[in-house]
Amino acid sequence: MAITDDVLVIGGGIAACTAALSAAETGARVRLLAHKKSTLRQASGLVDVLGYAGGDGPLSDPYAGLDALPEGHPYHVVGEDGVRAGLRIFDEAVGDAYRGGHTDSNALVMTHGGAVKPTARYPASVAPGLASSSGDTLLVGFAGLTDFDAPVAADHLAAAGVPFSARGVTVEFPKRFRADAKVTRFAKALDRDEDVDGGTVRSVLADTVAEELDGESRVGFPAMLGDDHDEDVRAELSDRLGVPVFEVPTGPPSLLGLKLEDILFDALDEAGVRISAGNPAVDFEADTGRVETVVVDQKSRPTPYSADQVVLATGGLVGKGLDSDRESVTEPVFGCHVPHPEDRYDWSDPEAFGDHAFARFGVVPDDELRPTDEDGEPHFENLRAAGGVVGGADVAREKSASGVSLATGAVAGRLAGEEATR
Amino acid sequence: MSDAESPGNPTLTPDAQTDDFEAVEVFPDSTDMDLRPGADNCYKCTACDVSCPVAEVDDEFPGPKFQGPEQWRLKRKEDEAVDDSIMSCSNCMRCDDACPSGVPLSQMHNTARGEYVDEQMDKLSREYIRNRILANYGTLAQLGSMFPRLANAVMGNSVVQRINEKVLGITAERDFPEFATQTFREWWNERGGPQVRSDEKRVAYFHGCYSNYNTPEVGKAMVRVFESFGYEVVVPKQRCSGTPMFANGMLDDAKRAAGINVDNFAGLIPEGYDIIASCTSCSMSLRQEYPELFDIDGIEDLSAHTYEALEYLRIHEDLEGAVREASVDDQAFAYHAPCHGRNQGLDRQAVELFRQLDGVEVEDVGDSCSGISGTYGWKEEKYDKSMQIGADMFDHMEHAQGSVGMTECPTCSMQMEHGTGYDIKHPLQLLEEALV
Repeated sequence: MAITDDVLVIGGGIAACTAALSAAETGARVRLLAHKKSTLRQASGLVDVLGYAGGDGPLSDPYAGLDALPEGHPYHVVGEDGVRAGLRIFDEAVGDAYRGGHTDSNALVMTHGGAVKPTARYPASVAPGLASSSGDTLLVGFAGLTDFDAPVAADHLAAAGVPFSARGVTVEFPKRFRADAKVTRFAKALDRDEDVDGGTVRSVLADTVAEELDGESRVGFPAMLGDDHDEDVRAELSDRLGVPVFEVPTGPPSLLGLKLEDILFDALDEAGVRISAGNPAVDFEADTGRVETVVVDQKSRPTPYSADQVVLATGGLVGKGLDSDRESVTEPVFGCHVPHPEDRYDWSDPEAFGDHAFARFGVVPDDELRPTDEDGEPHFENLRAAGGVVGGADVAREKSASGVSLATGAVAGRLAGEEATR
Repeated sequence: MSDAESPGNPTLTPDAQTDDFEAVEVFPDSTDMDLRPGADNCYKCTACDVSCPVAEVDDEFPGPKFQGPEQWRLKRKEDEAVDDSIMSCSNCMRCDDACPSGVPLSQMHNTARGEYVDEQMDKLSREYIRNRILANYGTLAQLGSMFPRLANAVMGNSVVQRINEKVLGITAERDFPEFATQTFREWWNERGGPQVRSDEKRVAYFHGCYSNYNTPEVGKAMVRVFESFGYEVVVPKQRCSGTPMFANGMLDDAKRAAGINVDNFAGLIPEGYDIIASCTSCSMSLRQEYPELFDIDGIEDLSAHTYEALEYLRIHEDLEGAVREASVDDQAFAYHAPCHGRNQGLDRQAVELFRQLDGVEVEDVGDSCSGISGTYGWKEEKYDKSMQIGADMFDHMEHAQGSVGMTECPTCSMQMEHGTGYDIKHPLQLLEEALV
């Protein structure tokens, strides 16, 4: 007897969540099998679809760039309909927490380094700060919080030619923490509006920033303005300052990523998806071309999970959905074929930001997103792949990581669900 | 080039290299408790720090990244003492679950804490004596259970509680858990041991201290549920799993207890027995900490054959089918997943299962830590922090539909009861009600 479901989705990131939600829409009984905490907490919380393609960019219309993508790109497998299906599932899952769904166009979102990034969906707290909308901007950083240097970020923004003035200041946070305090500590102090000399954290912070404000019409902070009560924090600061307040997405550990993780997992719960998290899928049992059982390593003890259909959404090289050593690149759970140059010096380009072969490593999908072997035949009739484990996209250069995950997740999940409930 | 290569090492000049040189193989495979590969895996993303419930409320606590890989690296220098903040780690082990890079954080914490207690802690200090008493709860409970009514009266006396706090540093805010008038083992012997015999389906029950001395109803539920599925249950002699000892750096005590447990359980495995725990910290300890910390013959085998009770039935029986056909009187539960259950991937199973049970409403009260973490919340100087950590859980429990709590962990259940006044049940008790 194994724990049994219709569809088993392996992974815990945005592709896996989308695949599970998509499969659940077909009425299938779905289980998400995730190892460790979701990698979403390492992510910025921004959802980009396509920012650069065929030498063009930043693109204002991501759909206009699809044709320019190279052959074998996952967007060509799922088509524009697949991309739209992924965004629909995302929009329904996140509701009011995200913006951008009103248009097909990309927004330009400022990053914590002061770059601008073409993005399809962004958290509501980020919205007042878009670089694609005008309004002179004051960026505020905190002494001791080294991840966000507001003056440098503002200079970068100005150098990028944004059509508004940007100025950065560094202030003391109203409450002093240890030198390496965590972003969660700042967020909790704002959440609880803790008492400090001269008032509370929120009021003293507003007073400090008000002194720096010099006619700017919006104020940006690193994304740590509260956790459970973030809307209250932002509203109170905006109210006290008399101008809109926004968050600038930060690097890991990212509160915006953590919040997206919470939202998506709540959506899974609501959709009736079962979740088993904490242990990695390591092996499988197959019979006549079908995966019968996925074997999970539950603290060094193999534990079987069986399902009619399986979606592999374990991520790419960083997410450990792909493994590499000095000889070869492999997909470690099912041993799917991952094409790569034989000489490992051809895996990367000498230029740091060059056109790296490794960026496109991954399984090769057929038109139903089933990973194929060297001969182009699907490894298993009931195994599909989604997200970073699928090869063919250079998501960092294209600014397409979330979009590829959403689109392939939506299509792989739907196909798996339809097969399982047929 | 790898940074494993030392430029000052004359045997490794560029000329001396051949095509066979493999930098990654410079270090031999790790032998006993070599933590270097784990430390090297840390790329300082601080995901562990963000997941740490203590760091969130304790401004003095540097967080798991420091306690683990950074402290380990500092310790490579001679004369470098273990930082005393290691004693503020509550051993919830959430950092293990958060690390995307496989750093064995809790193993590093346990090792550093053991070293700190061994080499730096004053054995006559109030803190050491208090921690030793808390870590050896099983011994205390054994004494208390000889005269349970008297012990309950004494421990529940407010004067005694205040003396405990003043003299020992055990908080007077908490009521000491009551000893049962009949321990689980006394009940087991009175009923004459196993009522079901089987050559095929055999389990050995690791009841731990708490369900023996304090909540024998949990142990009885385990026996009745497993027997109803046709299992032969045996109950070998046992000691504390070691969890409170790891958390207090008492590794010698833990190793002694582990030796006895491995002796008494591992020998049953070849006879077809699997080991079942009803407490998720006990199963955690046998599965993860034992092989990580101790080199004892048979310990890996014990680890690989240990299961939490519901987990075992879900894998080996059609538990969901059985539950779906059952029904109980209407009742609603506020379920809290203990950190150690979470780390075994068991955090959703009770909710998932009981949603299929007619008559039951069960709501997960969120992923926060309860804050008590075994002995942590019993320490006078940690009590307030423990309650701050638990605040989210109390809040969610009060907003949940049910007014009965549910969890697998004995100390989480103390904290849930302490913070809300709710009665707390173990999933096995509801399973017994539904199936037996």
